[in-house]
Amino acid sequence: MSEDGVLCGTFFMNGDVACAEGAISAGCRFFAGYPITPATEVAERMSERLPHVGGIYIQMEDEIASMSAILGASWAGMKAMTATSGPGFSLMMENLGLGVMLETPCVVVNIQRAGPSTGLPTLPAHADMMQARWGSHGSYEIIALVPSSPQEIFDLTITAFNLSEIYRVPVLVMADEVVGHMSEKVVIPSISPDELSNRRRPTVAPEQYLPYKADGDLVPPMAIAGEGYRFHVTGLTHDEKGYPVMTAEAQDKLVRRLVDKIRLNRRDIIRYDEVDVEDAEVVVCAYGITARIARLAVQQARDSGIRAGLLRLITVWPFAEERIMELAQRVKAFVVPELNYGQIVLEVERCAAGRATTLLVPHMGGSVHLPETILKAIKEVVQ
Amino acid sequence: MTSNVSVEQNIINSFLRLDRMPHIWCAGCGIGPAMRCFIKAIHRAGLDPDKIAVVSGIGCAGRAAGYLRLDSFHTTHGRALPFAIGLKLGNPELNVVVFSGDGDLVAIGGNHLIHAARRNMDMTVICINNFNYGMTGGQLGPTTPVDARSTTSPYGNIENPFNVPYLVAASGATYVARWTVLHARQLERSIAEAMVKPGFSFIEVISPCPTLYGRMNKQPQGLETMHEYQKRSIVRDGADPKDLDITFDGPIVVGKFVDIERPTFWDQYEQLLDRVSGKEN
Amino acid sequence: MKLWRTPFDQAEKATKPAKVLIDKDRCKGCGYCVEFCPRAVLEMSEELNSKGYTLAIVADESKCLGCGLCEMLCPEFAIYLEPSDNES
Repeated sequence: MSEDGVLCGTFFMNGDVACAEGAISAGCRFFAGYPITPATEVAERMSERLPHVGGIYIQMEDEIASMSAILGASWAGMKAMTATSGPGFSLMMENLGLGVMLETPCVVVNIQRAGPSTGLPTLPAHADMMQARWGSHGSYEIIALVPSSPQEIFDLTITAFNLSEIYRVPVLVMADEVVGHMSEKVVIPSISPDELSNRRRPTVAPEQYLPYKADGDLVPPMAIAGEGYRFHVTGLTHDEKGYPVMTAEAQDKLVRRLVDKIRLNRRDIIRYDEVDVEDAEVVVCAYGITARIARLAVQQARDSGIRAGLLRLITVWPFAEERIMELAQRVKAFVVPELNYGQIVLEVERCAAGRATTLLVPHMGGSVHLPETILKAIKEVVQ
Repeated sequence: MTSNVSVEQNIINSFLRLDRMPHIWCAGCGIGPAMRCFIKAIHRAGLDPDKIAVVSGIGCAGRAAGYLRLDSFHTTHGRALPFAIGLKLGNPELNVVVFSGDGDLVAIGGNHLIHAARRNMDMTVICINNFNYGMTGGQLGPTTPVDARSTTSPYGNIENPFNVPYLVAASGATYVARWTVLHARQLERSIAEAMVKPGFSFIEVISPCPTLYGRMNKQPQGLETMHEYQKRSIVRDGADPKDLDITFDGPIVVGKFVDIERPTFWDQYEQLLDRVSGKEN
Repeated sequence: MKLWRTPFDQAEKATKPAKVLIDKDRCKGCGYCVEFCPRAVLEMSEELNSKGYTLAIVADESKCLGCGLCEMLCPEFAIYLEPSDNES
């Protein structure tokens, strides 16, 4: 451990714990949460570790309050996070929308379990992928990252904080129960403060500050409470001053900017990983724990003479549509194994637009795919 | 003399977002006087306005944040308190005030209210109670007295309302008061006291809603409601919070009911930090 | 005002006669200021403001003690007291 209480070194830890350590390495000093399986260990780790780095842990009365509290803390200048799973994620949707509307940097971790409703609390699924995109009401864009291992949840939690500070948007870490509870080697590097991103702050005098006036990158500089800017922010549709304006014109201007600040910057945001895609005739598009199983299936397909490749999505939102469109020009088929009954496959299908066939390999959750199931699907599409 | 007044002439104007005036509140609405008392209280307590943050939820009273020239947050319905908790813990130097209505704080935000009081979060809550949901057109709320009419209790309310000071006192608030807007001076003093007092302070402000609650209950003019307050209110400082029920036409007990000392969440957290860092055994 | 004794809390409570200024266009004519002024300084006029509300106006400024209740009760932030120089 370094002097300031931030961990550094090589550890054997589970994904939930690695997520908490990632947050601390990213500069997160505020965590508000509510216990829920299988995300509880994130909160437990934060309650133990935050006091060592001078941070604040508070256990709220529910997930609605947890989400609200991290927004408040962010407006006080903190890097803030909460962690939950399906039912809690549903409760967070209301204030996730407020986070989008107020353009509040924060990170929400969802260690996904199988639903609907209480479902299978202790077992994995990727059932909230579309909820991550569309769960709160209104038209908006969000960033969602999907880790495949404890190491990656550590890394992506840092990425999540950086992206949320840069784009002033809540960033979701959409892990699953397996990644959350699996223990593996996690290397925690020493991270210097200049490797971390921080929100841009206003440089003008308070009288001239317009909280929602953005420049070219569409992300306005953010004042924080208590510094004399005396700004106003509202969940109502607002103008550059932050004042409510109830007109179609103001709505158009605001929503366009909120969406475009993600859409137009998507090339800087989107991350994915490819294995053997160059000459592939069939590409398995997978994410999270499923991507690790798919990797084995792709290997087995290669061994049996099928030119298979793997496209592993790291950002699910914004979706890597340009890459899928490119691949669709030359591959025969996409195989999409998912721990749900078909969510991201719809995006793949949309981007393939009939140029390549798309095959869903669904699994309702509760366990994970067998590599053979994916291999069978690969064989099926090349025939 | 009736004249137009310039900004510089009054301190109130320096706390208002003048480019947003006139406000949306109806003629005779009590939120304006309550907000004025809040502004005067800041002045009276000699607090630095740059260090005050106001958080509101949704509803008529929730609009107050948007008219105050302070760091001000208009959040979601019922969630002003948890947002304020984040703000306060994120920067304990801030003096955080939640200014919102009875529906927002006591119905949809009821769970947050009792837990904020339980934790003794260091903040001041100004709860405008007009006995109904004004913004949506006068529906039944958690404070609507039995028999009162509203647009969703057209035959008279059959539900028992909350005795709000009792609720927050039982939950652990360390300062609890109630005034009507007619008690402007006491209200101002109470808010000033609450803002300098550490811990969870709650002030219920009984406030006229002539357009909705008043109109549906035979008091279509704010003045009639103010006269009712004059007739029905009894100042009883230190009254037992359990005796503060408000009925349709019975007495309204006002005053300061609770003013006790208890460590705040932050006091406890600081101790915890010391314990963890080994400064204290 | 002349007092036959000096109240112990005079410093805190004492008011100074003031000039009552009313922002015409903010007034919505609720009448709180007129009704609760302890000295009947204000009255409702027949005059309408630009928004069509009947206005509160100052009827007799000389009676004003500067207590400021009108200012506190005004829901529109439309009334301002300006300390008057003339302390008669």
